[in-house]
Parts: sequence; C-alpha cells; structure tokens
Amino acid sequence: MSDRDAILSKETGKSLLRFMTCGSVDDGKSTLIGRLLFDTSLILEDQLATLQRDSAKYGTTDGDIDFALLVDGLEAEREQGITIDVAYRFFSTLRRKYIVADAPGHEEYTRNMATAASTADLAVILVDSRRGILPQTRRHAYIASLLGVRHIVLAVNKIDLVDYDQSRFNDIVNTFRQFARNLSFSSICSIPISARYGENVATESNLTPWYGGPSLLQHLESVEVEVDRVNKPFRMPVQLVTRPNPNFRGFAGEIAAGKVEIGDQIVVASSGQISRVAQIVTMGGNLVRADAGQAVTLVLEGEIDVSRGCVLSDLHDRPKLADQFQAKVVWFDTSPLIPGRSYILRTEVQETAAAVTALKYQINVESFAHEASKVLRMNEVGVCNISTQQPITFDPYSENRSTGNFILIDRMTNATSGAGMIDFPLRRADNVHWQSLAVNKKARAALKGQRPVVLWFTGLSGSGKSTIANALEKMLLSKGKHTYMIDGDNIRHGLNRDLGFTVEDRVENVRRTAEVARLFIDAGLIVLVCLISPFRSERRVARSLFDEGEFIEIFIDTPLDVCSQRDPKGLYKRAFAGDIANFTGVSSPYEPPEHPDLHIYTVENEPLELARSIEDYVLRMGHD
Amino acid sequence: MLSTHLRRLESESIHIFREVVASFSNPVMLYSVGKDSSVMLHLARKAFYPARPPFPFLHVDTTWKFKDMIDFRDKIAHQFQLDLLVYRNPDGLRDNINPFDHGSDMHTHVWKTLGLRNALDHYRFDAAFGGARRDEEQSRAKERIFSFRTSQHAWDPKRQRPEMWKTYNTRVGENETIRVFPLSNWTELDVWQYILAEKIAVVPLYFAAKRPVVERDGTLIMVDDDRMRLKPGEQVEEKMVRFRTLGCYPLTGAIESRAFDLQDIILEMLVSRTSERQHRLIDKDEGGSLERKKREGYF
Repeated sequence: MSDRDAILSKETGKSLLRFMTCGSVDDGKSTLIGRLLFDTSLILEDQLATLQRDSAKYGTTDGDIDFALLVDGLEAEREQGITIDVAYRFFSTLRRKYIVADAPGHEEYTRNMATAASTADLAVILVDSRRGILPQTRRHAYIASLLGVRHIVLAVNKIDLVDYDQSRFNDIVNTFRQFARNLSFSSICSIPISARYGENVATESNLTPWYGGPSLLQHLESVEVEVDRVNKPFRMPVQLVTRPNPNFRGFAGEIAAGKVEIGDQIVVASSGQISRVAQIVTMGGNLVRADAGQAVTLVLEGEIDVSRGCVLSDLHDRPKLADQFQAKVVWFDTSPLIPGRSYILRTEVQETAAAVTALKYQINVESFAHEASKVLRMNEVGVCNISTQQPITFDPYSENRSTGNFILIDRMTNATSGAGMIDFPLRRADNVHWQSLAVNKKARAALKGQRPVVLWFTGLSGSGKSTIANALEKMLLSKGKHTYMIDGDNIRHGLNRDLGFTVEDRVENVRRTAEVARLFIDAGLIVLVCLISPFRSERRVARSLFDEGEFIEIFIDTPLDVCSQRDPKGLYKRAFAGDIANFTGVSSPYEPPEHPDLHIYTVENEPLELARSIEDYVLRMGHD
Repeated sequence: MLSTHLRRLESESIHIFREVVASFSNPVMLYSVGKDSSVMLHLARKAFYPARPPFPFLHVDTTWKFKDMIDFRDKIAHQFQLDLLVYRNPDGLRDNINPFDHGSDMHTHVWKTLGLRNALDHYRFDAAFGGARRDEEQSRAKERIFSFRTSQHAWDPKRQRPEMWKTYNTRVGENETIRVFPLSNWTELDVWQYILAEKIAVVPLYFAAKRPVVERDGTLIMVDDDRMRLKPGEQVEEKMVRFRTLGCYPLTGAIESRAFDLQDIILEMLVSRTSERQHRLIDKDEGGSLERKKREGYF
C-alpha cells in the first residue's frame, strides 16, 4: 500500500464523538475550545491572521492571542465579551472526529444548554479552580443528566492560577462527586487543566505530577460512549410514505432502535396491525438487514395502513401508546407554561394538540429540591402530567432518547416554548375509556327540537355581555327553546370559588367553565356563556372541546373608555385607583378575537336590537 | 465503504430532507453547482429513492459563473431529470450589474442576495435547502439546521428557535419561511471524503489543470471569458491551478495545486493551512461581514 492509500484508509476508520462544553462565565470554555482547535491544528493561517487582528481589537489577554475570539462568533456577543448562543465546532484526531456544542454559561441561557445536551454523548463541565463548584455547576450537571448525557468530564480549569495545587483539585472533585451521586451518570473523569497554557489539554502536563490520568484529548479519544442501540427492541418512526408509482409503497424513516431483517414481523404501534418486512430499500441496493441509525425505506407485506407518525415496532416489545403521560419539561419561552393552556406537541414525527393537566412540582436545578409551583417560567424545569388530543407512541426517555422526547410549540407565535422527556404513561389513559351511551346528544337535542350550541360572549368588564345575553335568553325561551346561562361572576361564587385573577387562575377559570358548557351541550341545550375570557389561546381551547359549528364566539365590542364610564359595578374606578390587581383592560391584557363568529358593536346600539340580531343568527343556523 | 462518522452524517441529512418534504407544501433546493450542492443532490436522491426528489432545484444565476459550472449544471439536470429552475435577477440584467463596474459588494447584493429573495417570493417557496456548513465561518457556527426567516427574509440571531434532538419545529406563519441546512454538521473534509466514497461527480474546476490566470491583490483570478478586464501591468499566465470553492469567476481565487483527483484533494486538505473561504473575496474585511450579509437575506 502506498503512503497515500495508508493515510486515506486511516481516515475511513474514524468514529464520531459529539460532546458539549458548559461552564459559568469566565470559566474559560471558549478558550478551551480554541485551544483544542489550535492544538489539533485546526486553526488555519488565514483564521490565525483574523484572530491576531481581533485579539488586538476585542481581546482580554493583554496582547496574547485570545483563543476565545475564535469561538465567540456573533458581533453582538463579541462586543459584550460573552457567548449568547450554542456554537458548533469541528475538529478531528487520528481516531475520531468531534462535533463540539459550546453552550453558554449564563443562567438565563439554560435553554441553550439543553439544546446542546440533547444531541451530546458527553459533557465537559468547566470549573474555575479559584472559585470551585458554583450553583451554576450543579445546574449544568443537572441539565446534562436530565437530557440523558451519561458521560462527564469535570475540567478543573485555571489550575495555573492556584499553583497546580493538588488538594484544591481534590476538594473540587469530591464536592462534585458527592452531588453527582444523585444524577444518572455512568462515568465521570476529572482532569486538572489550564486552557490558556494548554496544560493537560492535548498532552499530559509536567506541572501536575500528582495527577496520573489522561489529558482531556486522550480521554476524548478513548472514552466509550456508544450506547448499544442495536440490541434494543426495533423502532422506526415513519417520516413519509414513498409512492413513486402504483406498484411501490414504501415507508421511509431512520431506525431509532434495534435492527430489522427481511421477513421480520412488525407491528404498527398505534393501530395494532401486524405485517412482515418484504424489502429494505436503499439507493445503494436492497438490504437484508438494517440497524439503528440507518435511514431506509421499508416495504411491508399486504395492504397495511401506515402513514407519517406511525412507529413500526418490535411485535413482542411494543412502545407505549397513550394520551396521558408524565414528563419532565424544560421551559424556554418568556411567556410561562400554564396548566390548562393548549400547545402543539411534536415528537420526531407526530404532531397533536396537548395541555399540561397538572404541574406536579418544579425541580430546583441547583438544590435538586422539589418545589410546588403553579406555572413554569423560562429556564425552569418541572414534572408534569400531559394530556394529548391524539394518543402518541413513545418509549420512556431513559430507554430511548429519540422516541421519548417532544417539544411544545406556542400556537400563536409558533415558537418552540419547551421541551419534554417522557417518564411513563399514566394508568388513567389505559383504564378509563369513553362510555359509549345509547342515549346521546343527538337524541336529547331532537326531543327538544333544537340544535345545541354554545354562545360564548367575550369582552371587557361592563361591555354589556350579561345584558345582551339575558335579553337573548328571554327571546329564546319565548320561542320554546331550552337554554342555560353560565355567568362568569356567578360561577366564581361556586364552582370556581377557589380561583383568583392571576393569569394561571384565569386559564383554569375558562377551562372549567368550558367543560361545564360541554356537559350542557351534551344535554342538548343552548348554552350562553358570559365570560371576559381575555386570552385567545384559552378561547381556542374552549372551542376545541366542541364539534364543528357548535361553538359561536361572540365578541361584545365596547371601547375601554365607554366601559369605564358605564362602570356598572364600580370596578373600573377601583382598578384605576390601583385597588384591584390584574384587572382586564387596566392592569391585565385583553386579546380581542381575530375572527369572531359574531362581532357586536354596542356603541349607539340598543341591547335588545343586538340580542335580536344574535337570535336571528342562532335560529337561522339550525335551518341551513 | 463509509466510515461510521460519515454514515451518521448521511443519516442525519437524509432525515432532514424527509422532514422538510413531509412538513412543507412548497420546498426547493438551492443548487449552486458546487461540491456541497453535489453532495446535497446525492443525499436528496437517497432520501426519496426509489422516487425522485419531490421538489425543484433553483439556481440563482449571476451571469458571471464559470462556463464549466453551467455546462456541468445542465449535464447533471439532464442526467437525473431534475426540475431545474434558473433565476437571473431582472434588475441585475436591466442595470448590467457586474463586479468590474459595481464592485463585489454591490454585485453580490443584487445578483445573489436580492436575486435569491426575489426568486423565493416569485415561486412562493416556503422552505429552501441550502448547502451552508457550520465549519465555514463564525456566525454560521451558531446557525440552526432549520433557520427561521421573517416575511422580509430577515435572519434574527436572537429569535432563532432552540433546536432539540432531531425533533424539528417546522411550523411557520403566513409568508414566513425556513431555510434548511442538511450539511450543517459536515466539514469541508467530510464533504470530499463523502464525494470520494460515493463516487459523486463534481465540476472539473476542483481538479488541477493548466488554466489562464492573472494575479490580483495576491489572488489568482481565472480568465474565463473575454469579459475579464485586465488592469495595467497585469499579465495572463498559464498556471497549474484548481479551485476550493466556486462562485463568480472574477471573484473566486484559484490556488496553485497538483491535486488531479479526489485522493489528491483530500491529501492536500489534510496538510492545508488555509480555510476555503479565504478564496472568496466577499468575506474579507471584518469578521462580522458574513453575519451582516445573512441578516439581509444572503445565504
């Protein structure tokens, strides 16, 4: 073999290690990565020239090359001297190629840490020898563990600044190991380093004779992180159905766990349908067998109903299928997670509406204590019960990171608001089935000769909701219709007596009211609901409880100044005086409906006339 | 035989292609004819095999690309029966924008940045695959795989969505779009090793050959046609050169090289001491210049 072939063949034997670095501000993360790139000759001449120019302009190292500038990319953060977003770096050694996710250390950027950890096999946690273990160190360790990172390197940095002191190093390591016992790591390697001077980074240092372990790079080259995904039960989430012609129907996806061979029996987890693998198709030729991590297209025997979102699975060891489960959730959004609010839940391949039914507790990521909480704010972690509109197929996250994760998406902004790791299905989901009753909504409504609808009046306090609804109910009654009115104020005296006016209590108030309305609809009634219901998302949740055409959103549109002049209960006066907190329109927002079914302007219109126009609409609906 | 490292990258990219096709109604692949586009095309073919890639391929042409690139593009489009769209910004044509009279910044802005924006608006694409890699430049190191753009095509580094696992948020509002980078985690070396292992065709300009060049500001510029304007004292010489990156010929520097095949290129890279973007004249000046271009909508 020629030299050229020898070098090239070495290249093809390389494996991949994805790791993340985390540490507090000034622990020297960026400097360490810059050092790794430099020592593995990945800093090229033109980049070095840029670096020297930038070091003079932004550097913090008194004219020395500032390695941190190599990794702190965006202009904004360079000027501020901090890293504000996850950056990905690449380098390689003779044995491995590395993808480094550099996660910022600021407390407010926990979301970036979680992002980096979600795809990492290993985490390098940096600690400043002078400052020791900080609350943030515990946070970093906790989040790495939460996201399923099983291998840790504790890099005790700036060891030069404590004179390469062994006892200082040992103290830090012992403190770390003590609290890490409660976390689920399978290996922890502690290394004394100086990123700035390269001690124990690429090669072993002469200045730490008391340390007998490997350098950071030696450890990264040799650590075994491959999870044995092939010997797990087979899972393949279907991404799409490939149908190039009428004779071919294949299911494309990446095998998330296990292996599959031609002739294997598989089950579609959501439907229970069973089939056999007829072909494993790839562009390079059909395969006899495929393993976890391979992207393939499967052809199954017989006519079988499979679409995007299905998970093809091991017949004898199936994934869970549930619409209620417990999960740990990390929150990213400035607007907090509120139980009862509706979000879009997305797994790798499934998407459905979902809500947190109970926030069981919040986890303090520094003390690891469980704390009661009503909402989950940005960068907080909580344990939740989640309910989805469609059942989802999953494995516990601890068993499979691919099939056990999900994200939560805000319905209004489409932002990725949170991420979750599923613990287990809730037994309720298995045991409680809807009772199919012979006497149903249709039968009850037919007896009354009407179509059940909910008329949902939303608008500011004093806008005229109750006045108009009262008039309307009288008209309907005189026409022989069976009605019921649910008034927001009244319901707060009984069913919702325990709720206040905070955002989360308002959400719950709407949810309960909508559920009660649903029961009355089932009884065949025309239900009039008068509720300020200030938030679009809750009104949307309310609507989602009803069948198409059953929910009529009526916006009683009265300008705030008119409402506050009318002030029938004297509430605005008190609100403007500051006596009432969270008063809608004054100290709490009202989000007007964008597309109400009926938009009622009250100014210069008589309530009776307005009620009549709604009545016309309702009675006409039944005959369309 | 692919290394485990390249196999993981390949699977990741295929997964991304499939997610976009399953979630968006009108995706497009930006085909720039370079090596990254060649790899992307190959991955797209793998992702949907035995079907053909179910989206069109868009080449935003500047009228100043190397002749070899255009020949190669048309040959590949024919070979794989691609639905190829070529877009030349009408404003650029009208004003005859060129690198000599208008400078590289203006030329790039009109033909590439605005050209791309106009093309995306014209065809109403809601997702566009691009070949950018995170190893290319500092601000790209922080780019998401699914990169969200406002209805004005603007990229706001502070509003990027957290990207967890392989669970992508593909939801966008009206007129908002996503740019998708399936090669995010590939390095330049990975790209060449994959091209070698999978026997993927690339433009011959990547291989060393005798070519007519002039030296300008320390860079070798190839004289690809008679539109090249020589400055006083400049001499056209025949040199053994190749290109590490391909763009508009007056703006792309060649390197002297004796790399005649893929193995040679990889060996050259293993000992190389400069990064590929050095040969793109548009990235010079300050470090943040590419970031600024991206905010304006450049790829």
